[in-house]
Amino acid sequence: MTAQKERLIVVGNGMAGIRTVEELLARAPDRYDITVFGAEPHPNYNRIMLSPVLAGEKSFEQIILNDRAWYEANGITLLTGEPVEAIDRAARTVTSLSGRTLGYDRLLLATGSMPFIIPVPGATLPGVIGFRDLADVETMLEAAAKGGRAVVIGGGLLGLEAANGLALKGMDVTVVHLMPTLMERQLDPSAGTLLQRELEARGITVLTGADTAEIIGGGIGGSERVTAVRLKDGRELPADLVVMAVGIRPNIALGKAAGLDCGRGIKVDDAMRTSDPAIHAVGECVEHRGVTWGLVAPLFEMAKVLAERLAGGTEAAYAGSVTSTKLKVTGVDVFSAGDFSGGEGTEDIVFRDAARGVYKRLVLKDNRLLGAVLYGDTRDGPWYFSLLKDGADVSAERDTLIFGQGFGGGEAASPAAAVAALPDSAEICGCNGVCKGTITAAIRDKGLTSLDEVRAHTKASASCGSCTGMVETLLAATLGDGYAAAPAVKPMCKCTTHGHDAVRAAIVAHGLKTMSDVFQALEWSTPDGCASCRPALNYYLLCAWPGEYRDDYQSRFINERAHANIQKDGTYSVVPRMWGGLTSASELRAIADVVEKFAIPTVKVTGGQRIDLFGVKKEDLPAVWADLNAAGMVSGHAYAKGLRTVKTCVGSEWCRFGTQDSTGLGVKLEKMTWGTWTPHKVKLAVSGCPRNCAEATIKDLGVVCVDSGYELHVGGNGGMHVRACDLLAKVATEEEVLEYTGAFLQLYREEARYLERTAPWVERVGLDHIRRRLVGDAGGRRALHARFLFSQSFSQEDPWAERAARGVDRHEFAPLAELVG
Amino acid sequence: MDQMIAWTEVGSVADIPRQGSRVVKTAFGDVALFRTATDEVFALEDRCPHKGGPLSQGIVHGRRVTCPLHNWVIELATGEAVAPDEGCAGHVPVRIEGGVISLALAARTPGRGGCHG
Ligand SMILES: Cc1cc2nc3c(=O)[nH]c(=O)nc-3n(C[C@H](O)[C@H](O)[C@H](O)COP(=O)(O)OP(=O)(O)OC[C@H]3O[C@@H](n4cnc5c(N)ncnc54)[C@H](O)[C@@H]3O)c2cc1C
Ligand code: SF4
Ligand code: SF4
Ligand code: FES
Repeated sequence: MTAQKERLIVVGNGMAGIRTVEELLARAPDRYDITVFGAEPHPNYNRIMLSPVLAGEKSFEQIILNDRAWYEANGITLLTGEPVEAIDRAARTVTSLSGRTLGYDRLLLATGSMPFIIPVPGATLPGVIGFRDLADVETMLEAAAKGGRAVVIGGGLLGLEAANGLALKGMDVTVVHLMPTLMERQLDPSAGTLLQRELEARGITVLTGADTAEIIGGGIGGSERVTAVRLKDGRELPADLVVMAVGIRPNIALGKAAGLDCGRGIKVDDAMRTSDPAIHAVGECVEHRGVTWGLVAPLFEMAKVLAERLAGGTEAAYAGSVTSTKLKVTGVDVFSAGDFSGGEGTEDIVFRDAARGVYKRLVLKDNRLLGAVLYGDTRDGPWYFSLLKDGADVSAERDTLIFGQGFGGGEAASPAAAVAALPDSAEICGCNGVCKGTITAAIRDKGLTSLDEVRAHTKASASCGSCTGMVETLLAATLGDGYAAAPAVKPMCKCTTHGHDAVRAAIVAHGLKTMSDVFQALEWSTPDGCASCRPALNYYLLCAWPGEYRDDYQSRFINERAHANIQKDGTYSVVPRMWGGLTSASELRAIADVVEKFAIPTVKVTGGQRIDLFGVKKEDLPAVWADLNAAGMVSGHAYAKGLRTVKTCVGSEWCRFGTQDSTGLGVKLEKMTWGTWTPHKVKLAVSGCPRNCAEATIKDLGVVCVDSGYELHVGGNGGMHVRACDLLAKVATEEEVLEYTGAFLQLYREEARYLERTAPWVERVGLDHIRRRLVGDAGGRRALHARFLFSQSFSQEDPWAERAARGVDRHEFAPLAELVG
Repeated sequence: MDQMIAWTEVGSVADIPRQGSRVVKTAFGDVALFRTATDEVFALEDRCPHKGGPLSQGIVHGRRVTCPLHNWVIELATGEAVAPDEGCAGHVPVRIEGGVISLALAARTPGRGGCHG
């Protein structure tokens, strides 16, 4: 037969295009006359190995997949450095940049994708690059040779590999990431946080929640070369090189210009055919069933299908892929696959070994694996991935699944057996470095029978307590039936086995500074807590790290997010602050005006001597605040777990019985304490004489003025369980009143459990304890007071002003959309 | 089947804070759109099946929200109250394309149970 071979032209000499050719050659080596156009000057290389090339772990020669001899041997015409510029579908020809026009019978588009460059000012300056091809790697290596600073925008797979490579090459690297945790599309927040710590330990600076505003250049008019990156919050990061790795965009220009159906990518059917039956497409440039892909595994599956079709088959079809990812940073083991977002009908199995830095999370649904995230120990990644892809029923091995494939060879395959199987040298308590042998020996030799005894003798589980479960298992295993678990402390909530006090202690002892740190170190069983632990943790962290921890907005109850009280019908009430209960004509006038202007239905004087405006619509809140602010009033924090009011009587200024200036002292106390965050709401009062018109003896802290000075009363409550205060001390001066008050509040802040008011707290810890700390220990009292003032220096900002004037959290008050009709 | 459903664009995922929510006003009342920590988006009628509390104002955790009024916990995917409570805040199908959120308002399942104060 002398029939002419069909002409196949491949545009794109990358991973998907050439894989298709390889597969095709294996099936029908003589069917086509193949020509490959490549925009890059190189033969086909393994793009995913560019990261090791950048890191200096591989050379370019080592990552070439097919050298020129291979093309020749297979009779393929390779045209490198020659991008295709146009397709003439009617004439079935392509034309390249150099003007060459060739005819085809079948055309394959495999043009890959381009790095997405965020359109900020300065994005096109020299020194700003993507991470895509060898040319980018060369630019990076050149910059790194001069040392200096690099900013990598994007904390995903690619960005982190770039950052790691540049750091290894000696650059000072900062990663700027928009999301709160790294690689958020592959990793859940816990694993993301571990990864961040690992990278930071390697000297890479990681800024999360950071949004790029502008890239700044040197020279006149900023025209020369990049010098810095400015973030939206105003921070400026000096930079000699900026790598953008925020995502990719399918390279569809050629296909689109030729009139092919395109969405985000060139649209293909299950046979990898575009809207023109003579034209096929594979790789990152395609959109299949609405999905685009950015990893090689699915592209290789596509290549196989297309090769089958090009070879004459009619059956092969591509149906989408399940993918898994690993980060190619030497020494960092990260693996993720499937859907780990959890939810309806799914169950989480979470394993955390804080000491070893191992975190594993499996998501199951109907006894099948839906997703897996592994950090620190990824040995079983492939096994989980195959279970996941096969949709295998795992009910039989569910109990031990998290321990991996190698586990449970013996007869008793259970989590307890896993601990029992550990060698004596295995470290159980990471905090105190106690290994298994030490614990079992102590149990046997010293006849220990309880967790507390083990703690006392070995220190194991005596610090953060995250190994408590393992220690108990060891006790049980060593003592057999002789061991009965001690009654546990009441856990904070369903997400944990730890009580409030243990969590607070661990936050301070281990320097846990974020919520995900806590979740990780204390082995929370849920990915992001619940409505009961999150607000508590948010408070504990805020209290432990004043000025450092940033309030987690979404972990606050709505009142503290909207800075107003939600009422039964979903409207809000607003209470402006009136210092010590004092007001003036202009304040009252402003309030009256606001009431009229916003048609506020109810105005009520509160028990704390303030004025409460009820029935304000949420979207009106910023405008109401703006008007009140304009009259000099700030938020009364009537919604806060914090200081609400300082109630006063008129005292010596007007009252014939008054012994001291109770109103003035009330104002001073309120100025010192407003804006504080406390475990629960706090109310103070000052009465000018023992007639006690301000009801100071049923407040969290009440001052009763007497001729010789001031009586301080604490722990009172006028709520559901009425409790009269205990007398704490008698002092002589206003300064002492302020110092004792600050110290008392700080002790309460540091020791009470979230949502525990002072009254139950005082009863729980005992008045003696509080007297000892505040009266018996003057130095300790002053230190507490100083800590109180320090934390106040960060919290006395009027939340209304921030929102009314500066638009903070504006989204909170406006609907996303209004669809009428 | 999918083609028959009318989708209405309401905004982008980025406009909803993570673990937070925004409201869309519609002819049949407010719809609350929630964004989870893992960037899933769900839409429920903004009325708790208990006493009509505005679910949009609750704390989002996992794929659930806790009502701000009396702490009922509601599944975002279905609107069902988590046992022992019973009731459902109706849900609205959501589609996300290129970060843009669309709702299938006509395909919503209305809530049931409780007083819709
Ligand atoms: C640094 C890096 C690390 C990666 N790591 C991983 C990883 O660990 N795991 C993983 O699965 N994936 C990884 N990837 C992604 C993977 O490399 C891509 O998914 C894959 O290379 C895409 O194959 P492709 O053939 O569609 O595109 P490409 O491999 O990009 O090939 C497209 C080729 O087409 C050429 N071209 C474009 N337009 C024209 C034109 N008009 N004329 C001629 N030629 C043209 C381009 O120059 C390019 O050479 C990584 C990518 C990068 C950049
Ligand atoms: S407490 Fe004493 S000083 Fe104050 S108003 Fe009452 S009587 Fe007067
Ligand atoms: S006493 Fe009860 S009903 Fe009255 S305002 Fe307080 S919470 Fe509401
Ligand atoms: S209205 Fe939602 S819990 Fe009562």
